[in-house]
Amino acid sequence: MLVLIGILIIIAGFLLRFNPLLVIMASALATGLAAGLDIAAIVAAFGKAFNDTRYVSIVWIVLPVIGLLEAYGLQQHARSLIDRMKGATLGRLLASYLLLRQAMAAVGLTSVAGHCQTVRPLVAPMAEAAAEAKNDALGDHQREEVKAFAAATDNVGLFFGEDIFLAIGSILLMKGVLEGYGYQIEPLHFSLWAIPTAIAAFLIHGFRLRRLERRMQKREAGA
Amino acid sequence: MITLGFVYVLAGLAFAAFAALGLADRGNPRRFGNAAFWGLLALSMLAGDRLGDFGNGLLVLALVAIAGTGQIGRAPGGEVPPEVQAERAARHGPFLLLVALIIPAVALAGTFLFKWVPGLADPKQATLISLAFGVLIALGVGMARLRPPALLPLQQGRRLLDAVGWAAILPQMLASLGAVFALAGVGEVVGDLIGTTIPEGSQFGATLAFGLGMALFTMVMGNAFAAFPVMLAAVGMPLLIKQYGGDPAVVAAIGMLAGFCGTLMTPMAANFNLVPAALLELKNPYGVIRVQVGTALPLLAVNILFIWLFAF
Repeated sequence: MLVLIGILIIIAGFLLRFNPLLVIMASALATGLAAGLDIAAIVAAFGKAFNDTRYVSIVWIVLPVIGLLEAYGLQQHARSLIDRMKGATLGRLLASYLLLRQAMAAVGLTSVAGHCQTVRPLVAPMAEAAAEAKNDALGDHQREEVKAFAAATDNVGLFFGEDIFLAIGSILLMKGVLEGYGYQIEPLHFSLWAIPTAIAAFLIHGFRLRRLERRMQKREAGA
Repeated sequence: MITLGFVYVLAGLAFAAFAALGLADRGNPRRFGNAAFWGLLALSMLAGDRLGDFGNGLLVLALVAIAGTGQIGRAPGGEVPPEVQAERAARHGPFLLLVALIIPAVALAGTFLFKWVPGLADPKQATLISLAFGVLIALGVGMARLRPPALLPLQQGRRLLDAVGWAAILPQMLASLGAVFALAGVGEVVGDLIGTTIPEGSQFGATLAFGLGMALFTMVMGNAFAAFPVMLAAVGMPLLIKQYGGDPAVVAAIGMLAGFCGTLMTPMAANFNLVPAALLELKNPYGVIRVQVGTALPLLAVNILFIWLFAF
């Protein structure tokens, strides 16, 4: 039971808005001590894990390209594209991106799009432009919500597309764990059972995108 | 053969450049902190395998000390004025879009190429390696046509990274915390706790506990992968599969997706939820989570219903 102290520290730390890096370190130390490890062993275990997971942080190498393109007006161009497309409403734009992201993830192309690669330079400015096209007095709060929905759409598309792909990590994990209990299951079975949820995710999030579009317009009518 | 090591060298050089440029940026009152932070990250990327576990641990402690004491800042401004951007966009627009699409296109093509032609690159890391090539090609093409000042991409890249700040390493830190949790056996304890809350003899109750447990435990750990073996051992295997005869493929596959609903609702999944908020310069760091809850909760209910309908 004592090892759960690390979870309490994390929850309290995030709620009280301490610097998350300090909270994580405190949680790791408390958890390790509760489990009977000495400090040097905890530091070494954390260091090993940090080194093994460096691939998580390599996505930042994209930034110089994004910085270059944005300095030359990529965001403005993405907006002007939307202005020229009459049918490109906010809801349709994000729903199309959702479908595209799900489809690409479903064939294993998870790192092809993402928050650095596509959302910041393209999807978010396009979504803002689509919202502005219907509402020339878009408020700061509305702008924030549109951008947040652009990021959320990327996440929903990725999460509920990737498990359809046969060789994704989570499917291999499920196969491995069930094998440990003596069940031999082909990856295809896991993939197929991910499809109903993928459809449900598209319908639920798509519905919310439509409501977002309406909400962004309604305030204009009332203003 | 090209391995992930090549990408780490590339990332190390990029972070080293960010550190050097940061040090020279007199507009930033905390430039020494920034330089030290990105410099240590460069060291980790370039030489992490030679530092040893304890050495890497000390490196992490130094990163946390720099960020935790508020030694990271950013210089105000630095972006190209919007009028200049608009004027350049009118001239270069379609070309910029093309270059932006080079990265995903190369990542896509490389992934297939490296899988079909063995021996070129590590097939397990094909997409990440291809992504790195995409960056290099896009940068080369962009520089050749636009002819910006030589340091502009690195300066602008550094400006974007400084806007994200210490949150840039939050995902990696949380992944490492997960490893310490695993070492301490946190998962087993949580699994036992959830296992004791289920009403005896209720098939739907067990299904509900499994789905909610996956989502909740994923929220705590920030990662459905960590929650899955624990929840399967505590509830999925003994009750849903063994006692009620549920289809293991359905229980596992949809249970994992119930966990993904939890990922949408937790700051612990920093790379999906907090990093984009910083990258899009949202005022509320939890802005992305806030809009995701409305999708995650109904979808979680649907997943629990799907397990109940399809597994038995």
